[in-house]
Amino acid sequence: MRISTQWLKDYLKLDIPADELAEKIERTAVEVDGVIRPDEGQKKVVVGHVLTCEPHPDSDHLHVCQVDVGEDEPLQIVCGAPNVAAGEKVVVALPNSWIGNHTKIKKSKMRGVKSAGMLCALDELGFDEKLVPKEVADGIFILPDDAVPGEPVFGYLGMDDEIIDMSVTPNRGDMLSMNGTAHELAAIYDQTPNMPTVDLHEDEQDDATDQLEVRVDADEHDVPMYKMRLIKNVTIKPSPLWLQIRIWNAGMRPINNVVDATNYILMQYGQPLHAFDFDQLKNGHVNVRLAKAGEHMTTLDGEDRELLPTDLVICSEDTPICLAGTMGGLDTEVTDATTSIALEGAVFDAVKIRKTAHNHDLHSEASMRYERGIDHGMTETALNAAAAMIAELSGGTVTNNVVIGRDEDVQPTTVTITLSKINHVLGTTLSVEAVADIFKRLDFETTVAGETYTVTVPSRRWDIHIPADLIEEVARLYGYDNLPSTLPTGQPTIGKLNETQQVIRDSRKLMESAGLTQAISYSLTTEEKAKAFALHPSEVTKLDFPMSSERTTLRLSLVSGLLDDLAYNNARKEHNVALYEEGRVFYSQPEQVRPKEIEHIAGAITGSMTKKSWGVAEQPVDFYQIKGIVEGYLKSLALDDAVSYVATSDHPEMHPGRTANIFVGDQLVGFVGEIHPNTAKAYKVRETYVFELDLTALIALPKERQQYQPISKFPSITRDVAMLIDDTVTNATIVDLINDKGGAHLQSVELFDVYTGSHVPAGKKSLAYTLTYRDQNATLVDDEVTQAFNKVLAALTDELGAEIR
Amino acid sequence: MSLQDRLTELRDQGLADIKSADVLKKVNQVKVDLLGKKGPITEVLRGMRDLTPEERPKVGAYANEVRDRLQNAIDQRRAELEQLAVNKQLAAEKLDVTLPGREVAQGQPHVITQIITELEDLFMGMGYQIVDGDEVEEDYYNFERLNLPKDHPARDMQDTFYITKEVLLRTQTSADQPRSLENHDFSKGPLKVLSPGRVYRRDTDDATHSHQFHQIEGLVVDKHITMADLKGTLTLVSKTLFGDQFDVRLRPSYFPFTEPSVEADVTCFNCGGKGCGICKQTGWIEVLGAGMVHPHVLEMSGIDPEVYGGFAFGLGPDRFAMLKYGVDDIRNFYLNDVRFLSQFYKKG
Repeated sequence: MRISTQWLKDYLKLDIPADELAEKIERTAVEVDGVIRPDEGQKKVVVGHVLTCEPHPDSDHLHVCQVDVGEDEPLQIVCGAPNVAAGEKVVVALPNSWIGNHTKIKKSKMRGVKSAGMLCALDELGFDEKLVPKEVADGIFILPDDAVPGEPVFGYLGMDDEIIDMSVTPNRGDMLSMNGTAHELAAIYDQTPNMPTVDLHEDEQDDATDQLEVRVDADEHDVPMYKMRLIKNVTIKPSPLWLQIRIWNAGMRPINNVVDATNYILMQYGQPLHAFDFDQLKNGHVNVRLAKAGEHMTTLDGEDRELLPTDLVICSEDTPICLAGTMGGLDTEVTDATTSIALEGAVFDAVKIRKTAHNHDLHSEASMRYERGIDHGMTETALNAAAAMIAELSGGTVTNNVVIGRDEDVQPTTVTITLSKINHVLGTTLSVEAVADIFKRLDFETTVAGETYTVTVPSRRWDIHIPADLIEEVARLYGYDNLPSTLPTGQPTIGKLNETQQVIRDSRKLMESAGLTQAISYSLTTEEKAKAFALHPSEVTKLDFPMSSERTTLRLSLVSGLLDDLAYNNARKEHNVALYEEGRVFYSQPEQVRPKEIEHIAGAITGSMTKKSWGVAEQPVDFYQIKGIVEGYLKSLALDDAVSYVATSDHPEMHPGRTANIFVGDQLVGFVGEIHPNTAKAYKVRETYVFELDLTALIALPKERQQYQPISKFPSITRDVAMLIDDTVTNATIVDLINDKGGAHLQSVELFDVYTGSHVPAGKKSLAYTLTYRDQNATLVDDEVTQAFNKVLAALTDELGAEIR
Repeated sequence: MSLQDRLTELRDQGLADIKSADVLKKVNQVKVDLLGKKGPITEVLRGMRDLTPEERPKVGAYANEVRDRLQNAIDQRRAELEQLAVNKQLAAEKLDVTLPGREVAQGQPHVITQIITELEDLFMGMGYQIVDGDEVEEDYYNFERLNLPKDHPARDMQDTFYITKEVLLRTQTSADQPRSLENHDFSKGPLKVLSPGRVYRRDTDDATHSHQFHQIEGLVVDKHITMADLKGTLTLVSKTLFGDQFDVRLRPSYFPFTEPSVEADVTCFNCGGKGCGICKQTGWIEVLGAGMVHPHVLEMSGIDPEVYGGFAFGLGPDRFAMLKYGVDDIRNFYLNDVRFLSQFYKKG
């Protein structure tokens, strides 16, 4: 809502700079987007009087004008506008002037003829094209005859106004009008506003109710009030300049005297009005009802619209002629030929109008106000004000009586509140008088009994109906700056992370210490990517009405998003990337309306994790590097059950020979491995290793009870074994066997060498382990160890076919 | 030549030899030559048999003195030469300490996580519990229970991703409010919760809009909670996050789930309140929305608004990060360019 400060002066004595006023509004009522000064940055633009206007010798459309700009000598200005003519008062941008959009005008020559300045159209003065009246859109603007040559032009066009652009919140629909804003400022500055009065003259000989019949078939909820006035013998023409100025400074385009009058009253009272060409109504009969499925109507913008059963429509007899509260119809539009006006002043249900505006994508000044509610108590007044204004501007007469389709008994709301409640909620120590004074400034009739206020809220503040609403009024007018600043008292509480939150935090730190940087990717992706890398099969959760084909489905894995991140980096020549993400995946649950949200943690590494530097070669990441990260991380979780890595070729997106499922005990908790070369190609990434873990499951698993292990005082003895063994025998098998046969004193088995290549026979590999023996309670004897070690060697040979070296 | 003179001669010759020895080996040789069992001093001492009993101790003492003197000289020379050798080695081992160290791979927390963590810690210190709500929420909790019935104009403020008619991606972490309220046992004390998390809006991604971003919502409900408490809490937050010189001011606003509703502005961290481009010359930057919990919200959760009241506030870590670090494109937070992520090297 744009508030003209010049218009405001009709209501209030405000000798306050516009910026200060804007700040006050922002601190007390609603947000302000800024103060608009239409003449800002413009200089030396004056009234000119075209003395002579001759055709340009070398052009078929240019004219050479001698223009009196209040100086001794007239200026010669070449003008291409079709409407330039001698005798007109025009807008002259003098040489070296600044006009709209930071444009400087200099002396120049046009086709060989000197031109000292420019005659201007409104858009050249910075007017938004949408606000320029159509009849002056194609030419220069003609000023009134009494404009004085040489005077700055800004005052003639309302460009010296300062306009406060308010961003009105949905609860303050009352401020979408000059009247409402004036009431608000009156309360802020403790003034009594000078509100407009209506001076209506009705033609007592001519009764509207004889000629216009209004029926409302819609129910009282949808249409609580519907009234019309009939105005006859109107002449449609452009509005006087003062009205056009108010209209365009309010951000609307002047159309003609009738439409401008309805818009002016809309701005003034906040009451949407609609003018119909009365002669286009069949038999003077109007009906208001819900549309029927399949009905069509052409709106003012020329669009043929299929109506919905939720649309309220105004019908002429039974033909829809207007989408109620949203947009009029083309058939009953006020045109230059119109002579009689049927003027509507009505109240429509906010939700119905909202649906219509939404469904037809028709958001108008009227619909915006109906959606937020309007002052039911002011509808008839506004209707009368508009009728009087139309009659005055168009030379018409207002017929006798309002034609009432439906009327409503509008009563003020009474709210009771105590002083202690106000002080209790605000933390203030306001006195009875101080609060009473705020209600008085708001012009709310109030009776005080003890410390209880009974407040009668006028219909213009329909947003107020419960005590909390009054508390807000007191708070903002008292001033938020004046509130004390304290902290909550009362019973102390403990703030502490729960186990899940703590593990998530610790996990992040562990990943970062392992060299992985935290990524936050999008949860929404394509259906294909959402399904990729899922740990367990699941249906996906899809948006009903996505915004783009890239973001349609909630993810089932984090790896998929991390690969997108890697691709983004790769495309920017960042080839060494190590990322992890902690976040939710969404498993659809067939019997539930909502998916199950599971915390996952995943990582992806590509390139090298250490930078190439002097003396350090880049070490390309590999399976064992990412596995090491996972192992280290899982170790820190201190899981009670053993972690095992089982080769798998079940994940279609993963390398079938370089992927392991990760189990804790029997429970599958994740996987680790290299992504399939085809996956890499599809995601546009290089060789990449990933892991994905179900963190929710890991958190729920039993944890090891940590207990101190005494450090043995007795020395350990180690034995190394190197063996040649079939390539197909896994490390896990060998270690299991050694542990199984190792005897009571075997403490640990460490792999220290793996070799495959030209020095071993094909199909074989060489492995070497260190076995450490220790007795907690005595010094081990060499023989004992040798005996135990020989058993291991025998088992390796007999059971696995190892050749001990 | 008397034995004493002979000793003196040997001493002087020995000291000269020791002094001229330039490597350890030569020093050792001097020692063997002079003080060894077959050396001249031993030889001299053997000649003492021919001395009178009176002279014997004198010469013996002198001989010992000479031997000690030589031994000391040898030790000293040895130490000198050893030191020289060490010095030489050290000189040879000199490094360019300005060469970079060998890198140990180290990851960073995401900047959004850093901000959330900092706020979580601050509020846990004030006794708040952290609550993680679901990202897929029912319309009923996300809107209706927050006093936003269907077709409420305020719903325009939040374009929503729906999954079904009744299920959506939460548009605000305030969606946790009603669940927290209905689950809390007020006999055990006040409700003080902080809900950080991802939220979603049906927006086209551009420099200032993201269909996914973060919110932190705080909620306190008890018998004696005032708007002054809200103001004090927000002031503390801004002073903790930005510094003591930062102030908070409240402006009226509108959220259906609070009344009174306010926006909170913080002193512009770019200009310190003088006015600059970032704060549009106002000296203030809007950082969060807040208010006193609307009585309807309490009622819908079965809490008597005549007895209980509270405040709620919500802020956007993405916006915070953009303002604090001058990030000009919100998409940076979700594209995970390592050149962006690695700039925020502080450890969460």
